[in-house]
Amino acid sequence: MSASLIEARGLTKWYGDRLGCRDVSFDVCEGEVLAIVGESGSGKSTLLSLLSGQLPATSGEVLYRTRDGEVRELSTLSEAERRFLFRTDWGFVHQDAAQGLRMGVSAGGNVGERLMAVGARNYGKIRATAEDWLERVEIDPTRIDEKPTAYSGGMRQRLQIARNLVTAPRLVFMDEPTGGLDVSVQARLLDLVRRLVADMGLAVIVVTHDLAVARLLSHRIMVMRRGRVIEAGLTDRVLDDPREAYTQLLVSSILQP
Amino acid sequence: MTTNEPILAVEGVAKSFVMHLRGGLTLPVVDHVAFTVSAGECVVLGGPSGAGKSSILKMVWGNYGVDAGSIRVRDCDGVVDVATAAPREILALRRSTMGYVSQFLRAVPRVSTLDVVMEPALAQGLDETTARARAAELLARLNVPERLWSLPPATFSGGEQQRVNIARGLISRVDLLLLDEPTASLDAVNRAVVVDLIEAKKAAGVAMLGIFHDADVRDRVASRIVDVTSFSSHEAAA
Repeated sequence: MSASLIEARGLTKWYGDRLGCRDVSFDVCEGEVLAIVGESGSGKSTLLSLLSGQLPATSGEVLYRTRDGEVRELSTLSEAERRFLFRTDWGFVHQDAAQGLRMGVSAGGNVGERLMAVGARNYGKIRATAEDWLERVEIDPTRIDEKPTAYSGGMRQRLQIARNLVTAPRLVFMDEPTGGLDVSVQARLLDLVRRLVADMGLAVIVVTHDLAVARLLSHRIMVMRRGRVIEAGLTDRVLDDPREAYTQLLVSSILQP
Repeated sequence: MTTNEPILAVEGVAKSFVMHLRGGLTLPVVDHVAFTVSAGECVVLGGPSGAGKSSILKMVWGNYGVDAGSIRVRDCDGVVDVATAAPREILALRRSTMGYVSQFLRAVPRVSTLDVVMEPALAQGLDETTARARAAELLARLNVPERLWSLPPATFSGGEQQRVNIARGLISRVDLLLLDEPTASLDAVNRAVVVDLIEAKKAAGVAMLGIFHDADVRDRVASRIVDVTSFSSHEAAA
C-alpha cells in the first residue's frame, strides 16, 4: 500500500469561540479522490483552507510528502516554500472561476502563467502547451487570445482546471467545482475531471454538497456536520447504507429525476 | 490454486437497518448468514423478495455495512474480511478479485459504451488495444448493435443498458463474480447468451454468487441454491 501524500491529524480550528472544524483526521494517497460533503457551515471550506495552508490551525497538524520523499508539517514551511508548493505540486479549483483565474488576462495567458511560474521561458512552447490544454478541457484553441470574461461559466471552469493541471500537480483541492453551473454543463465537467484524475494519477480533495458529484468522482467520503466528521468510508457504502441520522437525511433528501 | 479452500466464506453475518428518520426504527434483515462459494461454483441465493438476498450480495461487495460476522474473500495475497476491511482494501479487492453485475447501469454521462465496458479491464492493467478488442467481442456476443458502441448508454433501452452492464461486469478476469439478476429484463435469445457466458466463467474456475428470479435461468446455472429464508431475522424479531 502506498504511503500517504497528505495526512491530517486532529485538525481543529476555532474562530474566537466559534468552531470551524474539530479533530479531523484522515489521509489521502496518490490516485485517490476524497469527497468532503455536508451542508454549508459544516466546516468543509475551513478544512480545505487548513489543508492547503491558507489558514493556520488552532491545533493539529497537516503532513505532506514532497517530491523528494520528505514528509513536512505544513506550519513549519516558510512562506516561500508554501508558495512554491502551490505553484508546483498543488492545484486549487475554486467554485467561482473568477477567483481562480486572472480575468484581465487571455485564456492562453492564464494557462501559460502557471507554466512560467515553474520556469518555462520559451514563448512558442508555452503557447503550444496552452493550446494543447485548452483542447484537453474541450475549449476551442482558436479562442486562446480571448479573455475569460468572454467565456461562458462552464468554459471558465474548464479553463480554471487547465490552468491548475498544466504543471502536473500531485494534489488538487476542489471547492464545489460544479456549483453554479447548469446541469448539462456539470455532467461534461465531471466527466472531464474524472478522466483527467485517472489519467494523471492525481490525489484530489473535493468539497461538495452535491452527493451525485461525490458518487461520480470520489473513492471515499467524509460527511461533516457542525465542524466534525460524523461518518466516513467507501463512497458507495456511505451513500447506499448511510449509518448516521444526518447522513440518512442527506441521502434521502436527493430528488430522483 | 492448490487448495480447495473456498473463494468466499461467509460466517455469522447479521444485518439490520436503523432508520433514524423513522424515530430510530430497526429493520432486521438477516442473521447468522453462513455459506461458502468455491472456485467453479455458481451459488444462487434463493427465497422470496424481501428475504435479504440483495442485502447479502451488497455486503459481500462492500456497499452495505455488516453488523456482525465475517465475509472472507481469498485473493492473490491472502484473505480479506470485507466486513472489517478498510475502504482501500475493498477498492483493491474490487480491482483485482471481485466483479459485480448489477441490474441497473449507473451510467457516467458522455462516456461511450465501449469505454464503459473497457474500464474495469484497463483498471486491471490490460493494454488498451486488448481491452478494446475484448469489449467489442463481448458487446457483439451480447447483441449490442455496433452503431451504439460509440454512444453513451444513458439513452439506451433497459435491455440494452443491462447488456452493456453485463459486458462491463464480465470483461475483467476475477476470481469472484457477484450477479444481481443479470437476466432480469432480457429476451430469451440474450438470456441464453448470458447463461452461456456464466457457464464459461464457471468452467474457467470463477466462483459466482448470484440472484436469479427467472427459475429457468436459475436451474441452468446454479451449482447449489442457498435458501436465504433460513437466515431470516424476522421470526426472531416478531
